[in-house]
Amino acid sequence: MTSILTNLFDGVAYGMLLFVLACGLAVTLGLMNFVNLAHGAFAMAGGYVCMLLVNQHGWPFFAALPLAFVSSALIGIVLERTLYRHLYARSHLDQVLFTIGLTFMSVAAVDYIQGSSRVFINLPAALQGQFDLFGVGIGRYRLMIIVICGLLTIGLQMVLAKTRFGSRLRAAVDDPRAASGLGINVPQVFAFTFAFGCGLAGLGGALSAEILGLDPYFPLKFMIYFLIVVTVGGSSSITGPFLASLLLGIGDVAGKYYVPKMGPFVIYTMMIVILIWRPNGLFGRTAAR
Amino acid sequence: MFEHKTFSRAAAIAALAGLAGLASAKAEDTVKVGLILPMTGGQASTGKQIENAIKLYMKQNGDTVAGKKVEIIVKDDAAIPDKTKTAAQELIVNDKVNFIAGFGVTPAALAAAPLATQAKIPEIVMAAGTSIITERSPYIVRTSFTLAQSSTIIGDWAAQNGIKKVATLTSDYAPGNDALNFFKQNFTAGGGEVVEEVKVPLQNPDFAPFLQRMKDAKPDAIFVFVPAGQGGNFMKQYAERGLDKAGIKVIGPGDVTDDDLLNNMGDAVIGTVTAHLYSAAHPSQMNKDFVAAYKKDFNSRPGFMAVSGYDGIHLIYEALKKTNGDTDGTKLVEAMKGMKWESPRGPISIDPETRDIIQNIYIRRVARSKTDGELYNIEFQVFEAVKDLGKTKK
Repeated sequence: MTSILTNLFDGVAYGMLLFVLACGLAVTLGLMNFVNLAHGAFAMAGGYVCMLLVNQHGWPFFAALPLAFVSSALIGIVLERTLYRHLYARSHLDQVLFTIGLTFMSVAAVDYIQGSSRVFINLPAALQGQFDLFGVGIGRYRLMIIVICGLLTIGLQMVLAKTRFGSRLRAAVDDPRAASGLGINVPQVFAFTFAFGCGLAGLGGALSAEILGLDPYFPLKFMIYFLIVVTVGGSSSITGPFLASLLLGIGDVAGKYYVPKMGPFVIYTMMIVILIWRPNGLFGRTAAR
Repeated sequence: MFEHKTFSRAAAIAALAGLAGLASAKAEDTVKVGLILPMTGGQASTGKQIENAIKLYMKQNGDTVAGKKVEIIVKDDAAIPDKTKTAAQELIVNDKVNFIAGFGVTPAALAAAPLATQAKIPEIVMAAGTSIITERSPYIVRTSFTLAQSSTIIGDWAAQNGIKKVATLTSDYAPGNDALNFFKQNFTAGGGEVVEEVKVPLQNPDFAPFLQRMKDAKPDAIFVFVPAGQGGNFMKQYAERGLDKAGIKVIGPGDVTDDDLLNNMGDAVIGTVTAHLYSAAHPSQMNKDFVAAYKKDFNSRPGFMAVSGYDGIHLIYEALKKTNGDTDGTKLVEAMKGMKWESPRGPISIDPETRDIIQNIYIRRVARSKTDGELYNIEFQVFEAVKDLGKTKK
């Protein structure tokens, strides 16, 4: 019984992590209709910034996390203004070629600067180890992930649903021409959203170093997971990817625990079944844009 | 169609190898070694260590041997067997190398094997560790290790030292399966019981669920084989999940506590017992000098890959001395058979029957050094002159 709860806890933490990593991609792919395969590169950038600040400059971990967000967001906004925006109107194939090229460049660059071996972030002692709650083993680090990611998700939902910026973004997405006719600066809204998505990826990258491992191949290794989250969740809202992340996180952990021989395939099996059942994802719109 | 292609390729290589013999009048005074290593990709640390060690050896021993100048040509295969094959072809046909060497992973070493046979040049395996490799070509000689060597020894040791129940966690690819099978064979023969067996995917993002399963099986120890680069992640999650506090020890072949990464693994790794061929803390004067020279030149600690590369180039030098600079592949391999020398890892030799390495396997425990405060594998028991048991049993 307790091992079920521990697995559930681990699964939720893993799912939350996937969500923070992938939700930026859901935004660019779903809201802006842009295929950004370089998404993992922004996550990696955040992870390495956090690692350098903590390990080499002695920053506390919790101070370095926001910096991971900010630096990835800044890189995002610079690239969006200089490179990405020229590709918004191009075909998806062009976008794929461009962003996959960018991914390979990021891999080579980080390999050159930081070396190819895996890096770790020195965590404060308070985040290490496990404690028992009514016999259920709770990992401190994973608990922190759940708290941070949970708050972020609520915050995101509030911003999208309740704020002026949120309604502008939704308007810009639904009908960019009408939105700009109403005086909404559509490119600016998109640039900001793109940067925010990159920032979230950066934060996710920093958080995931401990669990997924951080090395220069991060963007390639986890690209498939981000894409699974977005395809399964559907890309028209953030609720879809959120529930999809949780489902996949829990499914993956439970699969590896209960049927270790089949473990690695569980996540793909789930994707296939869900996509046969609902080809546009759990919460996809019926008409693909 | 397929057969035709293979045949014509073989014919082309044979023809070119013949031409190479005629055209190499000027190349008489140089010996070329084609070094195929993963210099990029997940296995890049292996490639870098071997390359560094070879540079160090040539700095210490000069670049001429038996009157010939030794030239090293490095090719990166990123540990992808197709690239290994292309690189080996280019080296043999265009560069007319006298040796091919390196090979970070088993599939890479196997991909080059038929080419070594056809071109009749020695293939020196400096990293890959699956038993079958040396059986794939009479021109393959190995200076690294086989997983059977360390896995059988740790199996024996565990059975003799009060470890009764073991859960295993191994990466799901050829070396991982080798490690698992040889460990299981010796451990169960010694009276031990394997209570849980988990194979993890090679590209494994998160060990958590597997480790939870290990923990719930309540073994005395877990036997672990993951490729060197993943050891750090594994140890961190092992500690996070409190397996160390639950009294579950980690044992295994020494890849998990590779010197390269060991010092960053944190205190959780202290007490881990592994069987392996080399520790940077090996207490011989030769090793102390080797470690000091390596650290001075490359600012990092040499691991078992570095020492395998160092011995590999030594083997090439010694074979050339023995043949008086004759670069005939068959004669070189003959010269290598039975060769014995003192390496930084201890005394080693080449088995004349299998062309595989015979070496001491040490049982080591991780501890913090009192002199420099870093983590090391401290050797406390030796199994001398271990052959590759993967083959001798057949």
